[in-house]
Amino acid sequence: MSQAKYAVGIDLGTTHCVVAALELGEPGASPELFPIIQLVAPGQLEARDALPSFLYLPNDNELAPELRRLPWGDSAAVCGQLARERGAKSPNRLVSSAKSWLCHGQLDRRAGLLPLQAAEDVIPISPYDASLHYLNHLVAAWQEFYPEAPLAEQQITLTVPASFDPSARELTAEAARAAGLGHATLLEEPQAALYHWLAVHAEQWREQVQVGDCILVVDVGGGTTDLSLISVRQQDGALALERIAVGEHLLLGGDNMDLALANVIRMKLAQQGTQLQPWQILALAHGCRQAKEQLFAEASLERAPIVVPSRSSSLIGGSLRTELTRAEIEAVLLEGFFPAVAVTDPVQQRPRAALTTLSLPYAQDAAITRHLAAFLTRQREALPGQGGQFVHPTAVLFNGGVMKAAPLVERLESVLNGWLAAEGAPPVRRLTGTDPDQAVARGAAYYGGVRAGQGIRIRGGTACSYYVGIESALPTVPGLPPMMQALCIAPFGMEEGSACAPSEAVFALVVGEPVRFHFYSSTVRREDVPGSLLEFWAEGALDELPLIEALLSAEGRQPGELVQVRLQAAIDELGTLLLEAVSLDGSQRWKVQFDTRGQAC
Amino acid sequence: MSVSLFGRLRLSLHVLFNAQAAQRLLASQAVATVAEAVPVEPAPVAPAAPQIDRALQLLALLQQEGRLLDFIQEDLTGFDDAQIGAAARVVHQGLGKVIREHVTLAPVAQVSEGQAISLPAGFDSQRYRLVGNVSGQGPFNGTLLHKGWQASAIQLPQTLPGYDASVLAPAEVEV
Repeated sequence: MSQAKYAVGIDLGTTHCVVAALELGEPGASPELFPIIQLVAPGQLEARDALPSFLYLPNDNELAPELRRLPWGDSAAVCGQLARERGAKSPNRLVSSAKSWLCHGQLDRRAGLLPLQAAEDVIPISPYDASLHYLNHLVAAWQEFYPEAPLAEQQITLTVPASFDPSARELTAEAARAAGLGHATLLEEPQAALYHWLAVHAEQWREQVQVGDCILVVDVGGGTTDLSLISVRQQDGALALERIAVGEHLLLGGDNMDLALANVIRMKLAQQGTQLQPWQILALAHGCRQAKEQLFAEASLERAPIVVPSRSSSLIGGSLRTELTRAEIEAVLLEGFFPAVAVTDPVQQRPRAALTTLSLPYAQDAAITRHLAAFLTRQREALPGQGGQFVHPTAVLFNGGVMKAAPLVERLESVLNGWLAAEGAPPVRRLTGTDPDQAVARGAAYYGGVRAGQGIRIRGGTACSYYVGIESALPTVPGLPPMMQALCIAPFGMEEGSACAPSEAVFALVVGEPVRFHFYSSTVRREDVPGSLLEFWAEGALDELPLIEALLSAEGRQPGELVQVRLQAAIDELGTLLLEAVSLDGSQRWKVQFDTRGQAC
Repeated sequence: MSVSLFGRLRLSLHVLFNAQAAQRLLASQAVATVAEAVPVEPAPVAPAAPQIDRALQLLALLQQEGRLLDFIQEDLTGFDDAQIGAAARVVHQGLGKVIREHVTLAPVAQVSEGQAISLPAGFDSQRYRLVGNVSGQGPFNGTLLHKGWQASAIQLPQTLPGYDASVLAPAEVEV
């Protein structure tokens, strides 16, 4: 966009949204955080660095419309700081973690389902609607400050977890379009964090990494853990960065840690005869977070006090005092979330009980070190020439709020170094100088500058290869589901703006009737090319995604007519995967939709 | 090198690159610059609520975050120091947060307390107070007892029409 004045990075986080902007055409400019105007209390507006990703659906009796009016108009819902505070007291009107629901493959992400146990007068909204609400808020808040430079005219980069599946990416891109940001480019969050590191070190970064380096990015935020590997290669005599692998989507983060600590305290109090009420648990989690930060900041402290203030005006008489000890945080956080395990230790799975209520697919194993081990082991072939049991990173960049705690970072690093030492590899170097809370937004803004021609770009393309399922032509065995084969339609590492040749395989589709395909991805099969037909694959090599659907409209054809098509994959300039059904003569094309309605088996 | 885009926007309104945005920001943030820490032409005073409302708003913030009014209004008789200490932590943490987020604080004197300090003739007697054996016209040589505090800026949330500043904390009813 020629008239863009700023490159703007939007980190649409699970718990916080952060926006950074970089003035284009200003050599040496660095991305700045944009203060986001929001309600902080009824009738009070303030601009803050982060917009908490919470949406509150108020009853007019508790929060009158005139006391929640934003400078740009009325809204039925409130987002940001006030939403978070109100929601803590009335959870049945609060939508939180919408982003995690956005990649929940088993349900309709456009259906009104949040809040889960909504109050009677609340009309539930969809995860997509919530994301759109945050984006609309950001667009309007920007407009307040820069009426002459609307956000829609700036160069926008929107970050998504590296592990988002194509339909979650597509939903995010669609929300951006609906908010008027249709030109927004999608960027993976761990890459954004590394871009921030590049920006901070400007021309010096080349002195800190060398050809052959493999950078592990560990991003542990409030709600999710995201892992990526980026290799440093030589290209045309210069250093080039390439993202070579991404981890699974893990719903595991700082909020789990605070709740785990609160539970330890709750049990301790219960043994002493004090039963806590639900509202006290929330206040306790809040107190635990502060006590944890205190203990992490001062190594000589053995215990930190926690006070759960009373809800009545009797503060002194009604408050509950307790404490968190160093032994407790070490047992809960270090041993619970970052245990020193062997790289061969499997991620613990317990069989899921039949879920009676809808819930997010939280990681069952809280041990981030085991998830890291599984990721590195799974990706052992990511770097050619390494013969170990797992891929050996040589450098590590920590990001996300949790990684501000030095003891946790040190534990993770020492466990990783232990694995490396066992295979005779040198310890990792830590890349420093970034701000774990803001790196993603700032890095995304910097990336906008990179796209405008300044600075180095991380090559990556798709982090997966993609397949459609085809029922085997073998005779069906009674009692067994038909055998599935997987036909590769998009290879690993497809670059933005590229397209594959249409598949050789021909599919017959009925005009006017939706046809649904099984859809798979693989983060490990790097060698498959479009047309590769897999009859067998190693367990875990392919992940089933929500179904995809082709619907041939009856343009100039009779409904019920059978049309032969080939499937063709492309990655658009914005980084989203597009699938099309193409008629044999190439004259007609139909979009193949990602199913966001969640009927995957 | 561009000056911090939003930093300047946030703190010193007069250098905003866009006058319209400045007006909007004024209206939205009601930033009043105080003292002389920012030596500039006086910022236009926000067409904001009366000052008394601003004072009440600050009080409400101190109550909301730090339970200040609850603490002050409670009778200490009958509580032991451990109980009072526990409540004091809530107050200390909450008030600290309000002050850090809304007031830009700095000491008046830059030398350490207990160190020698010399004040020239004609010093600003609002910023430095002489105690003890005061005579003559200066310079005054002495020891710094207290470093003093000054606020270079105070920012309170913008209030919407209909906001009642006299309610420092609403009565809460659980239904």
